[in-house]
Amino acid sequence: MKQKSSANPENKGIPRRDFVKLLGGGIFIFFRPWDVINILPEPLPQARTLTKDYNAFLHIAADGTVTCYTGKIEMGQGIITSLPVMMADELNVPLEKVKIVMGDTDLCPWDAGTWGSQSTQSFGMSMRAAAAEARGVLLEMASAQLDVPVTQLEAKDGVITDIKNPDKNITYARLSKGQKLEKYLDVKPSIENHTKFTYVGKSYKHVDGHAKVTGQAKYTGDLKLPGMVFARVLRPPSLSVKLISADVSGAEKIDGAKVVRDGDFIAVLSENRDKADEAIVKITAEYTADELKINHDTIFEQQLKSDITPRVVRGAGDQASGRQESTMKFESEYHDGFLAHAPIETHTALAAIEGGKLTVWASTQTPYPLQDRLVRELGMTLETVRVIVPFVGGGFGGKSAIEQAVEAAKLAKITAKPVMVVWTREEEFIYDNFHTAGVVKLSSGIDSNGKIKFWDYHVYYSGSRGSDIIYDVPNYMTTSYSLTKNAKPVHPFATGPWRAPNANTNTFARECQIDIMASAAGIDPLEFRLKNLKDEKMISCLKAVAEKFGYVAGKSPSGRGIGVACGTDTGTWIAHMAEVKVDKNTGKVKVVRIACAQDMGLCVNPEGALIQMEGCLNMGLGYTFTEEVKFEGGKIQSLGFDTYDIPKFSWIPKLDCVILDRKDKAPRGGGEPAIVAVGAVIANAIYDATGARLFRTPMTPERVLEAIRKV
Amino acid sequence: MEETIRFSLNGKKQEVRIDPSQTLLWVLRNHFGLTGTKYGCGTGFCGACTVIINKEAVRSCMLPVSDVAGKKVVTIEGLARKGKLHPVQKAFLEHDALQCGFCTPGMIMTVAALLMKSPSPSVEEINAGLEDNLCRCGAHNRIVDAVQMAAGKMKGGK
Repeated sequence: MKQKSSANPENKGIPRRDFVKLLGGGIFIFFRPWDVINILPEPLPQARTLTKDYNAFLHIAADGTVTCYTGKIEMGQGIITSLPVMMADELNVPLEKVKIVMGDTDLCPWDAGTWGSQSTQSFGMSMRAAAAEARGVLLEMASAQLDVPVTQLEAKDGVITDIKNPDKNITYARLSKGQKLEKYLDVKPSIENHTKFTYVGKSYKHVDGHAKVTGQAKYTGDLKLPGMVFARVLRPPSLSVKLISADVSGAEKIDGAKVVRDGDFIAVLSENRDKADEAIVKITAEYTADELKINHDTIFEQQLKSDITPRVVRGAGDQASGRQESTMKFESEYHDGFLAHAPIETHTALAAIEGGKLTVWASTQTPYPLQDRLVRELGMTLETVRVIVPFVGGGFGGKSAIEQAVEAAKLAKITAKPVMVVWTREEEFIYDNFHTAGVVKLSSGIDSNGKIKFWDYHVYYSGSRGSDIIYDVPNYMTTSYSLTKNAKPVHPFATGPWRAPNANTNTFARECQIDIMASAAGIDPLEFRLKNLKDEKMISCLKAVAEKFGYVAGKSPSGRGIGVACGTDTGTWIAHMAEVKVDKNTGKVKVVRIACAQDMGLCVNPEGALIQMEGCLNMGLGYTFTEEVKFEGGKIQSLGFDTYDIPKFSWIPKLDCVILDRKDKAPRGGGEPAIVAVGAVIANAIYDATGARLFRTPMTPERVLEAIRKV
Repeated sequence: MEETIRFSLNGKKQEVRIDPSQTLLWVLRNHFGLTGTKYGCGTGFCGACTVIINKEAVRSCMLPVSDVAGKKVVTIEGLARKGKLHPVQKAFLEHDALQCGFCTPGMIMTVAALLMKSPSPSVEEINAGLEDNLCRCGAHNRIVDAVQMAAGKMKGGK
């Protein structure tokens, strides 16, 4: 293996990492937040794309410790455990020697955000390519030092050895001397294939487990700086009103509380959080009237009536001939309400300015977009704004929104003090960027053999993620409708990504429709799917889940309460089976068990992936049964866990998850796929139990009862 | 306004001069630096702020600090003894019964109190005991497994 070297082809400034040896590595830096500030790095590269400079991804210390750097953040999905596993295999170093620094804009390569199940399949592959190049460079350096051709060298456990003379060897640490590697390879080496893996594919427990069970893990709200104050921001009672006037004199009377005002932005600050809480409610404010006439029931009608633009997502064949060939046609309309992310850690941020540099610690999924936003809002430069993300207490898409950090930074600038903003649970509900409400109108048809002949799919507001046909349909069309650019929004809320954004909505519609057709054709729902599928991955997943579940075929409704559904998300295939018990008097549904089979390509950490699947299935029970943000006009009515019910222990079914072995394939997403078909598999199981079909999530006891009455 | 409040915190006598209406949660976090006890909702519905007071699991976000005068308060930081993890902590690690970890301290404190009262709880008792502790990541099944393991270990004299 002869590789040519050269200077850094990108020729971009890379943050200096000399200080790494002072810090060691790992996310301990959050315990002593100021240490790093005092050692200013060189200017950041201006281009906001992921660098190809391998040095930005890793550093080899003089003691052989390897630190991997990622702009991704840890919010429970487990990449703090799995990324070092990939690094260890690719660089050929012992896993225990690998540490990780995450989500620090001064230290880590730029990243768009931690979402879309991209950390392993996208960032992970870039990181592996970087490690492969570093390995190549180290081999060349060793070749020169040992005077042995590269082809005669082997890299293992951080040591490069002459195959013919094992006494001749040199460690990575001695080669790098703790410095940045200077060489670059013109021809990039390929990443290792699965037969070379030592660590990837084995199961690892969360490396942050000990810190989390002992209360030592630091989240943003756990940080404290000298002179720090807590802030509470004055909020309007509705999202569609404006402030007219405010009398803050009552708040100012509270001991130790200080009121800060910048236009309509009013906040109370105190060294004691309780005092800030006490003071904020003493402000009396007058607002414009809430004239918005809309609520959680009328939203769908208003969405359909508003100014929308269609976009054909995909289509083939001819709808008219498909309809002609169909002996049975089906028309359905599916509704899905607003959902809150409701992480247990509310949006939190700590901001401090020292020596002209703003540092913001934030519970966010998007440190770099936050850095950009702070540069814009506060008129600063990228070099003078640093964002650091400690452990995040759950995100699910909701922590791509960063308002709390902007609030903290503005207040730090105004007061010249470190400011901590911890949103209350109410604030978390009101200022969340909800999963959007949406509608799917779907027509389809089958011939006398139970083959699907046409599929005419119209999705409003929910986008096309998860709307893939999957099934072998000759005539299909998918049209996605969204609010026309610059048209007046239907509702005053922010909407945004919610775990597998909208794939839940689209999978619910598709998989319920498939079940409706199977039942009408008098064919077992698994058999109907297999009959209409050519997709080998989906066929494998369905067969695997049927085996895991111990499925016995039967036409639906069989009275057994067994459902089937499948879907795809972020390149991963999943299939579910569920068993439910329905109380026909109360409409209450108890999920007895769910089985799930997943094809995610190469699985880096099977235990970690299983935990994510289980999490998806349990969390999915929320949108399935209870979760729906209620509102009237611009006033949110779901303000806490008393009014917005998320899954609890008594709901939890037995879970049987299986990951298909695909070591030779590229790794795909694992954080979201298994949630997409939960609503559908339960709806189909309810139908199988009762013959009642539900077209709207959440499937509350009232809605289940109403559907049963229609049977 | 300030009062002197004396109580036992993680086995040590403490004396604090403070506004007695402040909540135990923020006094623990802000005054004592014990940040393992989390703010999750501030209204007692999520359980992230659970601590043990005189062997009972209590929501610290609703409790004025004056209420703990003369009592024994244990937080997640005080559960391990001499660097040795409590069986419940060990069982959570063994079953990897956490994801984001934000609800974890509250879960563990609730379970530790539950096992003091009911050393071998059934799954139904475990569910009932943890019903008002919320986990958004969906680690429930593993948490129940961990509780059963911890119960078994504790009965066997650790």
